[in-house]
Amino acid sequence: MSTTRKSKPFQWQRKHLLGLRDLSVAEITHLLDTAQGFEEISTRSVKKAPPLRGKVVVNLFFEDSTRTRTSFSLAANRLSADVIEFTQKASSVSKGETLLDTARNLEAMGIDIVVIRHNAAGAPMLLSRNIKACVVNAGDGYCEHPTQALLDVYTIRQMRGSLEGLKIAIVGDIAHSRVARSDMWAMTKLGAEVTFVGPPTLMPAEVGRLPVKVSYNLDQVIEHVDVINMLRIQFERLGGSPFPSTREYSRYFGLTVERMQRAKPDILVMHPGPINRGLEIESEVADGRNSVILRQVANGLAVRMAVLFLVNQAAAETTA
Amino acid sequence: MKVILNAEQIERALGRVADEIAGAQPARQAGQAATDTGLAIIGIRSRGEILAQRLADRLSQKLRKPIPCGTLDITLYRDDLNAPQGNSQPQVRTTEIGFDIDGKIIILVDDVLYTGRSARAAMDALIDLGRPKAIRLAVLVERAGRELPIQADYTGGKADVQPEQSVQVCLVESDGRDEVVVE
Repeated sequence: MSTTRKSKPFQWQRKHLLGLRDLSVAEITHLLDTAQGFEEISTRSVKKAPPLRGKVVVNLFFEDSTRTRTSFSLAANRLSADVIEFTQKASSVSKGETLLDTARNLEAMGIDIVVIRHNAAGAPMLLSRNIKACVVNAGDGYCEHPTQALLDVYTIRQMRGSLEGLKIAIVGDIAHSRVARSDMWAMTKLGAEVTFVGPPTLMPAEVGRLPVKVSYNLDQVIEHVDVINMLRIQFERLGGSPFPSTREYSRYFGLTVERMQRAKPDILVMHPGPINRGLEIESEVADGRNSVILRQVANGLAVRMAVLFLVNQAAAETTA
Repeated sequence: MKVILNAEQIERALGRVADEIAGAQPARQAGQAATDTGLAIIGIRSRGEILAQRLADRLSQKLRKPIPCGTLDITLYRDDLNAPQGNSQPQVRTTEIGFDIDGKIIILVDDVLYTGRSARAAMDALIDLGRPKAIRLAVLVERAGRELPIQADYTGGKADVQPEQSVQVCLVESDGRDEVVVE
């Protein structure tokens, strides 16, 4: 505290994390660098540090989630915040309360950070404009899932040092995937080349305007990529019949042992979870030596701690 | 700007601190391995980290045993995180301590002892990592202005400065030269 550094360190100014589309390269890099300092907390005897002591974090989830919700809860707990779990089914939302009324009521109880997941794109943005608390997007519609993408790029950076020049394929149901969109923003900003791979029926309509390549043929892509991110087929979101059968889907777009033999030997295999084993990815590949799937989960904790820490820090600047 | 310690004086001060630490070492206890002094050095980022490494090197030579050395980042333990920081937002960096601190005598190293708040934060951080036998504080320079009941066990030198002045420790590894200045 007594020393000053000569070069002025990066100043984080956002009290909300709504998406990665608007973040600068410096902001993303600062987030990833900060997350490195949080990794160690999970490895020591007292898995807790005090920076959010006395703060209240609300997990406001309007959609089902296990991984993200647990990860945010644990992250907040490890920073010594108090955590309130809020689910749609067990709340007044099922009695007809609107999102803003719910949030304002929670705010009246003195909350500091809202972590929100909602099936409507833009819900976190709406919230951030109407309440004083910090807002962190944990997934909105088909729009963004920023912390998932941050943990993805964190994991790649950890394994490869940098994303600059890497070729990355994101495979599967792109149209219904907020992970694909947030990944695309984060990865391209950090210098990677991203290819969306999947059947035409699962490509978003606006894909031509996005900074990605598009392929409908995994076999043409598999040999060239350094990282492959296999998305889950989200049966709960699929209307109609985007592909004839799950067997046909896995034959063309599944990551099989046979396909892996044609990939680069050091390819990183990623998956945001939960996995449909045998559908988008074979078990031997998901559990194989190229898989970093469990590392992603562990890193998610460090990344979410960093996000909660930084938005709270930005709030301290503005509310004093 | 006034230089209060030059490179040679810094070296001498560190040598003296190392001598004192070595001299305070208790006799080896029964069951303790000959290579284990029970001593470990931990520096507070960022200047303390460099001083800790220099002290550990000196002590390893003096005691002819390897002295483990680590780095502590205290950002998460600061008591001013919820106050506005203006242009100097604290940056979270990594804590790198590659040994078990349980039962060890930890020499905590910082560049300047001023308010005592860094040392308080560092002690809390250490205790979340394990249960050392003892924690001792070694600083290159101490100055008046304590806000907490904390004193150094080993001091390289005292700086006689006014409250509005600041003491800057510059080290070759981070600043290109060894010098302590008052501004």
